[in-house]
Amino acid sequence: MPGRTSLLRRLFASFALFFIVAGEPIGLLAAQDDSTTVSGRFRSRGTADDGGDELFEGVSVVVTDASGAEVATAVSNADGEWVAVLPGAGDYVVTLDESTLPEGVAVREGTDPATPITANVGRDNPVIIPLGERVASDSGSIKMVQLFVDGLKLGLIIGMTAIGLSLIFGTTGLVNFAHGEMVTFGAMVAFLFNVTGIFGFKLTLILAAIVSTLLCGVAGGLFNQLIWKRLRDRGSSLISMLVVSIGLSILFRYVLLYFFGGRGRPYRNYQIQKVIDFGPFSLPPKDVVIVVVSLTILVTVGLLLQKTRIGKAMRAVSDNRDLAESSGIDVEGVVRYVWIAGGALAGLGGVLFGLTEDIGWEMGFRLLLLMFAGVTLGGLGTAYGALFGSLIVGVLIQMSTLVVPSDMKNVGALLALVVILLVRPQGLLGKSERVG
Amino acid sequence: MDWGSILENTLRGFVGEQAIYFALAAIGLNIHFGYTGLLNFGQAVFMAAGAYGLALTVVYAEQSFWLGIFVGLFVFPVIMALILGVPTLRLRADYLAIVTIAAAEIVRLFLRSPKWDSVTGSSDGLGQYADTFYEFSPFEPRTRYGFGPLNFLGNQLWVVIIGWIVVAIVLVIVATLVRSPWGRVLKAIREDEDAARSLGKNAYFYKMQALILGGVIGAAGGLMRAIGTQSAQPDNFITDVTFLAWVALILGGAARVFGPVIGAMILWGVLSFTDTFLRQAVDQDIIPTSIMEGTQVGQVRFMLIGFSLALLAAFRPQGIFGNRDEMALDDR
Amino acid sequence: MTADASADMTDPLADVAWEPGVAKPDPILVADNITRQFGGLKAVDVDHLEIQRGVITALIGPNGAGKTTFFNLMSNFDSPDTGTQTFNGKDLTNTPAHKVANLGMVRTFQLTKALSKMTVMDNMKLGAVGQKGESFWRALLPFTWRSQEKGIETRAAALLERFKMAHMTDEFAGTLSGGQRKLLEMARALMVEPELVMLDEPMAGVNPALTQSLLEHVTQLKDEGMTVLFVEHDMDMVQEISDWVVVMAEGRIIAEGPPATIGENQAVVDAYLGAHHDAPLEWEDETDGDDVTSAAPADGSSEESS
Ligand SMILES: Nc1ncnc2c1ncn2[C@@H]1O[C@H](COP(=O)(O)OP(=O)(O)OP(=O)(O)O)[C@@H](O)[C@H]1O
Ligand SMILES: [Mg+2]
Repeated sequence: MPGRTSLLRRLFASFALFFIVAGEPIGLLAAQDDSTTVSGRFRSRGTADDGGDELFEGVSVVVTDASGAEVATAVSNADGEWVAVLPGAGDYVVTLDESTLPEGVAVREGTDPATPITANVGRDNPVIIPLGERVASDSGSIKMVQLFVDGLKLGLIIGMTAIGLSLIFGTTGLVNFAHGEMVTFGAMVAFLFNVTGIFGFKLTLILAAIVSTLLCGVAGGLFNQLIWKRLRDRGSSLISMLVVSIGLSILFRYVLLYFFGGRGRPYRNYQIQKVIDFGPFSLPPKDVVIVVVSLTILVTVGLLLQKTRIGKAMRAVSDNRDLAESSGIDVEGVVRYVWIAGGALAGLGGVLFGLTEDIGWEMGFRLLLLMFAGVTLGGLGTAYGALFGSLIVGVLIQMSTLVVPSDMKNVGALLALVVILLVRPQGLLGKSERVG
Repeated sequence: MDWGSILENTLRGFVGEQAIYFALAAIGLNIHFGYTGLLNFGQAVFMAAGAYGLALTVVYAEQSFWLGIFVGLFVFPVIMALILGVPTLRLRADYLAIVTIAAAEIVRLFLRSPKWDSVTGSSDGLGQYADTFYEFSPFEPRTRYGFGPLNFLGNQLWVVIIGWIVVAIVLVIVATLVRSPWGRVLKAIREDEDAARSLGKNAYFYKMQALILGGVIGAAGGLMRAIGTQSAQPDNFITDVTFLAWVALILGGAARVFGPVIGAMILWGVLSFTDTFLRQAVDQDIIPTSIMEGTQVGQVRFMLIGFSLALLAAFRPQGIFGNRDEMALDDR
Repeated sequence: MTADASADMTDPLADVAWEPGVAKPDPILVADNITRQFGGLKAVDVDHLEIQRGVITALIGPNGAGKTTFFNLMSNFDSPDTGTQTFNGKDLTNTPAHKVANLGMVRTFQLTKALSKMTVMDNMKLGAVGQKGESFWRALLPFTWRSQEKGIETRAAALLERFKMAHMTDEFAGTLSGGQRKLLEMARALMVEPELVMLDEPMAGVNPALTQSLLEHVTQLKDEGMTVLFVEHDMDMVQEISDWVVVMAEGRIIAEGPPATIGENQAVVDAYLGAHHDAPLEWEDETDGDDVTSAAPADGSSEESS
C-alpha cells in the first residue's frame, strides 16, 4: 500500500495555509557508459493560478560523493526538472540550495535538504526532496496559535464523525469499525456529484455535500435495519457484532477502492485558494468554511440532544438502556435515529475531510483511528465526551509537531490517550462501571 | 481454464508458507482471545516484532542469525506486549482493541519513517539476513520437489517443513498449557474477570502472561515469514494482516487447540483458489476487463475476506466445526 | 447444629450494646470512616463497623442502601473515597482484590458469576488456592501439579456432594439454574477455605426448594469456624440464621443488634417505611410478639433443618 503513508503524511500536513509542494522524480534515459544520472523535479501540486502545478525554475542542487567532494551541480529548468550526471555508481548526497527556492517554499519540515542516494549504473536514479511551506520565522507563540487553530479544525472534523460512533456504542454497545467507511462513502458520493457528474450534471460542492449527507443518513438507517437490528434480534453478542463490523469495514473499503481506484483526487474548484490572514493565524477560505460549518452543525447537534425529545431519549438510552426501556422509551426507535444521524454526520464529516486532502479509499479508515482515540479519551458512549475528546486529539496531533517529526504526530496523540486512560480509565467524561 | 494449476495453487495455499505464518499468528490470537478473552486487533505488531527482531539484529547490529531468532522470538515481542499491556489490561476489553489496532499502525509508520532509514530501511525494509537458515537445508535451492500436483522449490520446502514442525511444537505447548490449572485461570478470566479475582487470581498478571505468550507465538509467525521471504518490510504488517489472522481463528473456531491451524489452512486454500481462478478468468477474458482488471483481483480477494469474516461472525461464531456449548465468539 | 448452638451458651455478642458502630469483643473485619460517592450520591458513609469473628452477621437495608457497594469496598473491588478497613488486624487499603481473597476473605456477587463455558468441576477447582500448576512454568510440566490436582478434585467432589450438586459435576456451568448457580458460587467460594465469607443475597431468586439447603449451608459454615457476613432482604431468613444484624440505609449504618430486637428500632422502621410508603414492614407482626422470636433464633433453624 504505497499510497498510505504519503496520504497519511499529507493528511497531517494538509492543514490551513499549506499548499502541498513535492519534489518528484522524473524518468530519464540513463547514460550509456559508466556514468549515471540523478534527477528530480520541483513542483507544487495544484497551486498555480490556473489550478495546475506550479513549477520551480532555477533551483540549484549540488551532488557530493562519499568523501564530501562536489561531483556535480544542476539547476532546474522551466518544467522544474533537473538532471545531474555522475561519474559512476556509488553513494552520493544530493543537497538542495534552499536559497534558490521561491519565496515561501522550503524543504518540507522534518526532512533534510541533504538527501543520501545510492546511484546505480544503467538507469536514472530519481531523488525525491519533499518540499513544503517555508515555516515563517514567526515567533513561537504565533506558530503555536496557528497549530492550535489547525488542530481545532481537525478536531472538529474528527468530532463530527465520532459523535455517531459514540452514540452507536452508547445505545447498542457496538464498537463499529465500519464507521470509517461511512466517512469515505460520504466523501466519495460528494465527489461523484461534484466531479464525475451524474448524467452530465455536476453539482457545486455545497449541493453535493447536502446530497451526500442525506444519502449517508439513509445508508446509516438502512444498515441498522438490514444488518444490525437483525443481529440484535438474533441475540448476537457484542464481540461477534464487533467482528462483523470489522468484516464489513474490509468489504466496504475494498468495494470503494474497486470503484474509485487507488489514486486520491480532490474536489473541483477547491484545490487552490489564497489564504485569509487573521492576525496570529491564517486560513484559506475553505478551511474557514470547514470550521464554520462544523461548528454550526455541532452546536445544532448539541442543542438537539439537549432540547428535543428524541435528543433527550438518545442520551437517556446511551446512559442506561435498560432504565430507558423500562421508563417507556422506544429504544429501537431511538437507535434508528442514532444510526441515521450518525451516518449523516459521518458523511458530512467525510466531505469536509475530503476538502482538507484528496479523497481516497482509505481516508475513513485512517480517520477511524483518530475517532477511536477521541471517543476513548472522552469516555465511550457519551456524545459530548466524543466531541471533547476529538478536539483534544486534533489539537494534540497538530501541536505535537512542535516537538516530533510530522510523520510521527499521531504517536503523541496515542501516548496522551494512554496516559489519560491510566489516570481515568473511564475516559474524561465517562462514568465508572459498577461491579457485583 | 487450467484446472491443473488452479488445483496446484489451492493445494499449495492449503499447506504452504502462508498457511504456516497465519496459523502461528492465529494460534497466538487464540491464546489472547480464545482462552483469555483479550481483544487484540494488533497481532500484526507482534509479527513485525518477530520479523524486525531478526532483521535488525542481523542486518543493523550485525550479530548472528541465532541471536536474531532469540531477539525476534523473545525480546521484541515481550517488550511490545509490556508496552501494550501495562496501560490497557486493567481497562475494559474494548480499550485493548482500540489501543492495539492503533499501536500496530503506529509501529508500522515508525518503521516506514525515512527518519530512521539507516536503521530500519524505511519502506524498503531489510533483507538477506537468513542465509544461515538455508545453509542447513538438505534440499537443492533451485530444484523442484514434489509429489503429485503439489511441489515446492528446495528452499521453499525447507521453510515449509521447518514451519510445520514449529507449528506442531507450539501446538503441543499450547495444548499442555490450556489443560493445566494455568489455562483454567485464563478461561476463568475470559468468562468473568471479577469472579477470578474474587477467588484470589491476579487477573492482571495472567492477562499479561497471556498477552506475552500469544505475542511470542504471533512473533514466531512473523519470524517464519521473515525467514521465508528473506525480507522484512513495514507493509507486510498492515492492519489487514491482523484481520486475516482473525478470519483464520474464527473460521477454525476459537478456544480449540487445532482451530486456528485448520482455519489458516482453509483460509489460504480458499484464497489461493479464488486468486488463481479469478486471474485466469480475467486473463482469458471470461470476465471482461470492463468488469475486472488483473490488478483488481487482489481487491476482490479482500472483499471476500471481509464478507466471510462478517458472515462467520454473524452466523457461525463458534467456527465452521465448532460446538456451541464450548467457547463461541458469541458469548463474549 | 442445635447441640453446637446451645452448647455455645456464652454468646460472644451478649454484652455488646445495640447501637450502630459498637465495638465487638473479637472483630475480624473493621471498617473505619469509609465513604464512597457516585456523582452527587453518597452511596456509602460508614463511620465505624466491626464484624465479630465466628458468628453470622446479616447486613440488611432497603434497595439502594449501599450494601453491595459496601461489599465492593471491603473486598477492594472498588476503592473508597476515604477510610480504611482492616482484616485480621491487617490494613487492606492498598491490597489488590485478589490478595484480599488470598488473605482469607472471599465474597460472592449479587448477580452470580458462574463461569458458563467451564464445567462445574472446573469452576470448583478454580477456587482452590495454592495450586502450583497455576504458575506458567510449572503448568508446562504436568507431573509437578498432577497429585495436587487430585487432592483438589477430591475436596471439590466432597463439597459438591454436600451441596447436592454432584450429579452436575461435568456439566457446563452455563446450563445451571439460577439457584444452582448460587449454590455453585457459594461452594466455589468455600474452595478458597476462607476465614470470612461475604455472601451478597445468597438466597435471592432461589427456588424455595433449594432455599432450605442454602440456609443449612450458611449455618454449617459457622459451625466450621468461619465467619459469615451476608446481605439478605427476606427477614424470615435473617431471623432464622443470623446472630447479629447490621442495618444500612442511605449509605449509613443506622442500627445494630440481635435479629429479634432489630425490628423494634425506630430508625429501622423509619428507613424501611421511608423506602416503601405503602407496604407495612414484613416483620411488624413479629416485633409485636417480640418475646417469642427473641427466645431462640437458633431453635428456629434447628427445627427446620432436622
Ligand atoms: N458504579 C456506580 N455508579 C453510580 N452509582 C452507583 C454505582 N454503584 C452503585 N451506585 C448507586 O449507589 C447506591 C447503592 O447501591 P448498592 O448496589 O450498593 O445498593 P444495595 O444496598 O446493594 O441495593 P440492593 O438491595 O437493591 O442490592 C444506589 O443508589 C446505586 O444506584
Ligand atoms: Mg445489592
